[in-house]
Amino acid sequence: MNLHAIKAIYVFELARTWRTLFQSIAGPVISTSLYFIVFGAAIGGRFASVEGVSYGAFLVPGLVMMSVLTESVSNASFGIYMPRYSGTIYEVLSAPISAFETVIGYVGAAATKSVILGTLILLTARLFVDFSIAHPFWMVAFLVLTSVTFSLLGFILGIWADGWEKLQIVPMLIVTPLAFLGGSFYSISMLPPFWQQVTLFNPVVYLVSGFRWSFYGAADVPVALSLAMTALMLVICLAVVWWIFRTGYKLKS
Amino acid sequence: MQPIIEIRGLEKTYASGFQALKGVDLDIRRGEIFALLGPNGAGKTTLISIVCGIVRATAGSVTVDGHDIVRDWRAARSLIGLVPQELTTEAFESVWATVSFSRGLFGKPPNPALIERILKDLSLWDKKDTKVMALSGGMKRRVLIAKALSHEPRVLFLDEPTAGVDVELRRGMWEMIGRLRESGVTIILTTHYIEEAEEMADSIGVISGGRIILVEEKAALMEKLGKRLLTLHLQSPLDAIPAELAGYPLTLSDDGRELVYSFDSQHEHTGIAGLLRKLGDHGIDFTNLRTEESSLEEIFVSLVKERA
Repeated sequence: MNLHAIKAIYVFELARTWRTLFQSIAGPVISTSLYFIVFGAAIGGRFASVEGVSYGAFLVPGLVMMSVLTESVSNASFGIYMPRYSGTIYEVLSAPISAFETVIGYVGAAATKSVILGTLILLTARLFVDFSIAHPFWMVAFLVLTSVTFSLLGFILGIWADGWEKLQIVPMLIVTPLAFLGGSFYSISMLPPFWQQVTLFNPVVYLVSGFRWSFYGAADVPVALSLAMTALMLVICLAVVWWIFRTGYKLKS
Repeated sequence: MQPIIEIRGLEKTYASGFQALKGVDLDIRRGEIFALLGPNGAGKTTLISIVCGIVRATAGSVTVDGHDIVRDWRAARSLIGLVPQELTTEAFESVWATVSFSRGLFGKPPNPALIERILKDLSLWDKKDTKVMALSGGMKRRVLIAKALSHEPRVLFLDEPTAGVDVELRRGMWEMIGRLRESGVTIILTTHYIEEAEEMADSIGVISGGRIILVEEKAALMEKLGKRLLTLHLQSPLDAIPAELAGYPLTLSDDGRELVYSFDSQHEHTGIAGLLRKLGDHGIDFTNLRTEESSLEEIFVSLVKERA
């Protein structure tokens, strides 16, 4: 195990976060605050409580999840696409470092950043609404699992993309819509039966539902199913990454 | 002694169907400076990229200090430093951060004193906190060299190390490469500047069309393939070479004012004395004479042409 190499990549990637602190942390925190002001305070006041929680508090887990998963994808994809674009990837490819170690470094750094971001959003939210966390262990587990899974997805995206446009298009056309329609702003029980069924094909639903359960003990889908779906996504992403390194796809000719 | 790099039957066909290497066999001796010469597209960079693990070989094998680059890749790669041809540098990181990163990537514990020495050797010390993108092309090139040296490689690949570097700096780089060689590092460089190979290399390999067409010690190569020329500046111009001198390989140049005689310096009888006597006999006087030997560049050009 080349621990020095993992550490080098991890530290290097996190340094990028500190360097672009405003863009990477402050940006999402500010936009989340805006959601709270608009949906929580302005509009939410007119809503009855959802599943026994005030609408503002109901929003918290969904907004955290939404930021964490979009930021995980964009961060991790940028982290690996940038060296491919600039050509500095040659160094990682020629170094005595295995695929597994490379992934730990890059994905670990992206996931770490997402966990920090999620925590900051939670703290920001606390300024606007009162909420409690019923199952802190599972809350952290869902947060970490989601960060890792979507950072892996971002890593795959960053290797697949061969232009800045492609790098933007997946988050914009797939991740953001899925996140918005994944029950961040509503309980899927509020939807007509047909759309409830359709929504179950959206993997984000399971993440948001499980995460919200860890806060308030109520969920749209059984929590075990949420956990299983998250684990399944993780396994699929891991398998794709394994295939990428095995075949050298877009990394080695 | 076992060569530090042994390449056997190396072939590479890219997905596009282009065959960049067509069975390369090459040994590189420990501690030498090996210059790999070849026209554009000859396979120089592909060859280096395979040894460094960036490109996968289609067939054949490579060992570095006895370690197979596929089976024993970790050991093989830790011995190699690579300075790529393109100026591929990070943009926003400081010189210090990017060089330290390279050391870590190659599995070495931090060693600030060593990095400091490398940066000072490369005249980059006063730039250590500067962002890489703010550096000039020559400085970026040196940053790439510093990155490659940061993990104390035993074999250093320099792919066109002085491309785009001004003359003064190029001299400085040659000196640095000379010092590295003295410390026991084997250096493999590709270059377009044949002058560079002539100046520094111990051995020279010529690659053309994906095949190594020649490997030779520089001195031997220069001697074996070098042609010498004797140029006589004539007192009065000649219209044609006199029939009496037809037995000699002579040519006229400069509107008949110069008579050029080419001879093989290895040959015991160069024929110079006989030629000069004959010229005297026929009343052809000359005011000046000079001899020259062909440079590596001329040798190289004729070699590559011959095979093309």
